[in-house]
Amino acid sequence: MRPARLTVLAAAAVVATLTAVTGCAEKGDAGGDGAIKVAASDSACEVSKKEFPAGKITVDVENKGSKVTEVYVLFPDDRIVAERENIGPGTKASITAEIKAGDYEIACKPGMKGDGIRQAVKATGGGAVAKRSPEMDAAVAEYRKYVQGQADETLPKAQAFADAVKAGDVEAAKKAYAVSRIGWERTEPVAESFGDLDPKVDLREADLEANQEWTGWHTLEKAVFKDGKLGEPEKKLADTLMADLTVWQKKVGTAEITPTSMANGAKELLDEVATGKVTGEEEFFSHTDLVDFKANVEGAEKAYQLLKPVAAKNDPELAKTLDTRFAALNTLLDKYRADKTGYDFVSYDKVGDAERKELSDAVNALAEPLSKLAASVAK
Amino acid sequence: MPEPQPGDGPRADGPEAGAPTGGGPAAPSRRAVLGWGGAGLALGAAATGGAVAVFGGGTDVVPAASSGAAVPFHGEHQAGIATAVQDRLHFAAFDVTTKDRAELVALLKEWTRAARLMTAGLPVGEGGFGGLPEAPPDDTGEALGLKASRLTLTVGFGPGLFAKDRFGLEGRRPAALVDLELFPGDNLDAARSGGDLCVQACADDPQVAVHAIRQLARIGFGRIAMRWSQLGFGKTSSTTPDAQTPRNMMGFKDGTRNVSGTDREALEKFVWAGPSDGSDWMAGGSYLVARRIRMHIETWDRTSLREQEDIIGRDKGEGAPVGKSKERDEPFLKAMKPDAHVRLAHPDTNGGATILRRGYSFTDGTDGLGRLDAGLFFLAYQRDVRKGFVPIQRELARNDSLNEYIQHVGSAVFAVPPGVRDKDDWWGRTLFA
Repeated sequence: MRPARLTVLAAAAVVATLTAVTGCAEKGDAGGDGAIKVAASDSACEVSKKEFPAGKITVDVENKGSKVTEVYVLFPDDRIVAERENIGPGTKASITAEIKAGDYEIACKPGMKGDGIRQAVKATGGGAVAKRSPEMDAAVAEYRKYVQGQADETLPKAQAFADAVKAGDVEAAKKAYAVSRIGWERTEPVAESFGDLDPKVDLREADLEANQEWTGWHTLEKAVFKDGKLGEPEKKLADTLMADLTVWQKKVGTAEITPTSMANGAKELLDEVATGKVTGEEEFFSHTDLVDFKANVEGAEKAYQLLKPVAAKNDPELAKTLDTRFAALNTLLDKYRADKTGYDFVSYDKVGDAERKELSDAVNALAEPLSKLAASVAK
Repeated sequence: MPEPQPGDGPRADGPEAGAPTGGGPAAPSRRAVLGWGGAGLALGAAATGGAVAVFGGGTDVVPAASSGAAVPFHGEHQAGIATAVQDRLHFAAFDVTTKDRAELVALLKEWTRAARLMTAGLPVGEGGFGGLPEAPPDDTGEALGLKASRLTLTVGFGPGLFAKDRFGLEGRRPAALVDLELFPGDNLDAARSGGDLCVQACADDPQVAVHAIRQLARIGFGRIAMRWSQLGFGKTSSTTPDAQTPRNMMGFKDGTRNVSGTDREALEKFVWAGPSDGSDWMAGGSYLVARRIRMHIETWDRTSLREQEDIIGRDKGEGAPVGKSKERDEPFLKAMKPDAHVRLAHPDTNGGATILRRGYSFTDGTDGLGRLDAGLFFLAYQRDVRKGFVPIQRELARNDSLNEYIQHVGSAVFAVPPGVRDKDDWWGRTLFA
């Protein structure tokens, strides 16, 4: 045990040193006008500035104590703004967050237990948010509206699917299935921020843990498309799905959304496509993967369009590339549907290996520059 | 017992350790070191010295990877052809997906910038960490802390790039870049063949080679798409013939008579394209043939020693040609069976055809039938494919007794442009500028 531990600590120290050296050599401090320094020890949590302007902040933590610690930036009601765990003795870490004007607490938790040692701090600014552009606020507000709208539109469509299941009408359920998921697929990263909601609603059979109860769309997908039998358990599952989706509809408007979370959410939607849809794993029984695919791309494009005014200002090349790549992927997807406004896509089991590779290449082509969108709006 | 296989180790890291060139051709390398130099090369030199000190001088075998030296990126020719062969390979072939010539040129410039950094042992762009936490780092980071490991990156252009109505290059396709005919016995898989662009990444550390291909693929997404790639290990040919000749997966020494990286005369004659060869933009470049050659390992292993030696035309222990006692003794071809591999591949059998080989062994796990998916990833550089690989392979495909144990399953040809001369130059400038 002991030697191994020493090795880990030594390695951590080397990393910290490297970080420090690189920090000096690299372009200016991302935090803008200086980081907030936190000197953590086993008995103290010294904060270098008790007041700082609201906006994007950087907290540089140095653990001078003997215990592993963690540091939190907290709202007055103890909700977490940002955190960093597992800061080893003698090591440094930095936390970044975007915060509005107001009162906060910074807490160090030596030994990673208890309420921690707390310091009250204040983010100052003209009442509203400092260093945040009205354009960004508008983008976030508009996206919040979009997310809510998608949930509102989804409920009746999901209800139609649930009704068909409850009526034991396999054919009607088949027709209603894929379209009932579009709104969810467009905004999934937001739904994922509500902890257990996503697994309840959208878990695939392949991802089940032993003895885990399987609920949600894909349970019914299997019953409808594979077994072709809708009995009492399925009817109950349809009600559960509707209950969970109703929770989603109620919560979704309150989600914590920032420009960078929007940008990264857009990228995550493409990642969903790359890992699940392009391989045909998501809709294993219905083969309606291209419907989800399209919905993911639409959701990503919506977030991008809202952020584009800022992104195009900060990184015009990137915006140009993203415009081209979104268009290329959409054009490619159009090859798989008869009507360019509808969602009647080719069944994915009919899509050959070469075509799947072409789709995969187009997703990579878009997702790679999309991963740079967050940086372009955080500038 | 076979002797230890030090590869190029002693050469690169022993007596000549003062030169941080990894044993490459001395003159251009040293000039480049003194010229643009830079921290990466200096570090490489220091690391080489350190390794020698630790291992007590040139008499002990120093693993090549521990030297970590950097091979100069700039030069008349691309590194990775005549420079000393490293231990590991990651070779990748790409399709160009953009239709825009300017985008292709921009990609080649970005690739050149990234390659210049990586071959010096440095990360790409703004590095692997320390940037915005919300954004992915420029460099993926798996080579952070690793030495340059003699990484070379060599780029080639496939025939598709010169197709009509594509990039306006149809008039510039070199005659020496031929579409290979289908040779008897070929069982080519389209998914492991062809490509508009290739990158050969060689290094002494596999992680360094894989990292390099991964970065270049990432930079290229949207303009290119990965078509196929191949990992290789245990180089099967040496460009430093005074070093021990390595063995291939059949257990035989392979590449004894390969063109030496220091034999300027042979390189000029057989490897480097000249200005008078018909394509002026290729002067200083070379032509590459890549073949994935599957070996039927299990049946080979059941073959008697005598038959194995007859098939190859050399003995298994020393590697001496039939009737001779030392590996480097001049082969007497008529003493070999008429269908012996060495006899058929020899320049004397093929009107003097000579190629520079840089092949690697590969083992890609096991096929669905429980057989080792292993063999030779053959890389041959030559001044003209019509005078190099083609006549030799025609002879071999028709007559070689080894054909019972091998099958060519992948194939590609590339025009490998001249080297990047300085920090303002870029891969393919002579073709596109």
